[in-house]
Amino acid sequence: MELPIYLDNNATTPLDPRVLEAMLPYFTNKFGNAASRNHAFGWVAEEGVDYAREQVSKLIGCTEKEIIFTSGATEADNLAIKGVFEMYADKGNHIITATTEHKAVLDTCKHLEKQGAKVTYLQVKEDGLIDLAELEAAMTPETILVTIMYGNNEIGVIQPIKEISAIAHKHGALFMTDATQAVGKIPVNVNEDGIDLMAFSAHKMYGPKGVGALYVRRKGPRVKVTAQMDGGGHERGMRSGTLNVPGIVGLGKACELCRLEMDEEAKRLSGLRDKLESALTTLEESYVNGNVNHRLPHVANISFKYVEGEGLMMAMKDLAVSSGSACTSASLEPSYVLKALGLSDDLAHSSIRFGLGRFTTEEEVDYAIENTKKAVNHLRDLSPLWEMFKEGVDLSKIEWAEH
Amino acid sequence: MAYSEKVIDHYTNPRNVGTLNKDSKSVGTGLVGAPECGDVMRLQIEVDDNNVITDAKFKTFGCGSAIASSSLATEWLKGKSIDEALAIDNMDIVEELALPPVKIHCSVLAEDAIKSAINDYRVKNGLEALELPKSHH
Repeated sequence: MELPIYLDNNATTPLDPRVLEAMLPYFTNKFGNAASRNHAFGWVAEEGVDYAREQVSKLIGCTEKEIIFTSGATEADNLAIKGVFEMYADKGNHIITATTEHKAVLDTCKHLEKQGAKVTYLQVKEDGLIDLAELEAAMTPETILVTIMYGNNEIGVIQPIKEISAIAHKHGALFMTDATQAVGKIPVNVNEDGIDLMAFSAHKMYGPKGVGALYVRRKGPRVKVTAQMDGGGHERGMRSGTLNVPGIVGLGKACELCRLEMDEEAKRLSGLRDKLESALTTLEESYVNGNVNHRLPHVANISFKYVEGEGLMMAMKDLAVSSGSACTSASLEPSYVLKALGLSDDLAHSSIRFGLGRFTTEEEVDYAIENTKKAVNHLRDLSPLWEMFKEGVDLSKIEWAEH
Repeated sequence: MAYSEKVIDHYTNPRNVGTLNKDSKSVGTGLVGAPECGDVMRLQIEVDDNNVITDAKFKTFGCGSAIASSSLATEWLKGKSIDEALAIDNMDIVEELALPPVKIHCSVLAEDAIKSAINDYRVKNGLEALELPKSHH
């Protein structure tokens, strides 16, 4: 076992060597521009792209023509939301999203508010799921788009996508989802789920960074988005720019591997995740954040009360994890996702996210359990709050000097 | 962002972790920060009849730099007179630990903790609390 151990697979995943192998020729002898229609170099590159398009569409149950390759999920989110806002401007200007969305969605919506969009940010319940009745109540005749993420990047909860899309469609709105954390990890089928637009990215599923895709429905209804970049009219005019052929080939291969290995891998990962979680929650005053029944198989987000996340990570020095604490950010604000669940700031500061992945072994999980336990105990020995808690002091009654 | 060697040293082997009897007249306790902000420091000093700090202890809830700042503070406090202790400036801590700008608030908190502990000691012993400049975090 090599140290440090990578348990931050929600941030990014390592490239699968099989994906790298598929990509390599497209950097060298198959270097052609996929848009070059008049010679073999172009045809070979185009073949690679076409095959990748097939691999991607098989994973999510769509047709090849419904895939728009982008530079990643952030671009896909921007293209979908801004593109729908512009394309459907004569129908309405209302967009519904949720407070726990990724910044790529939230900040895009905020941008559009300056351009006249009305945006509803749905609160989530304590378990991280949105309230369907609240969504229903928020729908208006002006609503053109409902955009709710599939699986959350911080806590892993999976939203009731079918129910959400049904509500959106009932009111004549399109449904879009940022499925960056879900595609490749759990079965996602755009037709069964009623998805009209979907953003996802290669580097969260063992593919390369810098490439992703936007699914855009072509039938029932035929969805259109206004291009956000002008140029050569690539990707059916929706996304200009010479195609990143090696990246796209990598995304395709990554999708194929995920599709073939998903069932087994999801079982293996949720087994390891459960092992990690049940071992760590034997520590006093530790809490799992988010709904534990509807969530991605590889994520565990745990708050260890009375220790601060960043300090804790420093003691877990052989583990690469992430924390909801934001001691380093200028604002000193802890995770907005955890706060949206109603977690107090101190519990949000005390959270650690473990993101397991394809290359995580049981030996590594065992090591992580011991390392984390030791670190929590070490930090609690140093914590005045832990001492006070142990003495029965009610911390909420203390007048803290806010700063 | 990588931590400096001195921060890592204090974090890994914190000096003077512990608790002094807060009810003793010779002990001054400073509790500063807030859990919501992600850092709370408790710093205690024991002072002899000659106004010399004979012992210092801390416990800190916070990041590595906050823990290191308070650990360093206790190390510096021991053997100092109250007046000398009052002269410790947060920038001394920043310099010693090579804290980056985003971590300066940790040193400010440590300075606040020192002053708050001294004031607690003064009040307990019938002296006026010193007016402390309001620090800006």
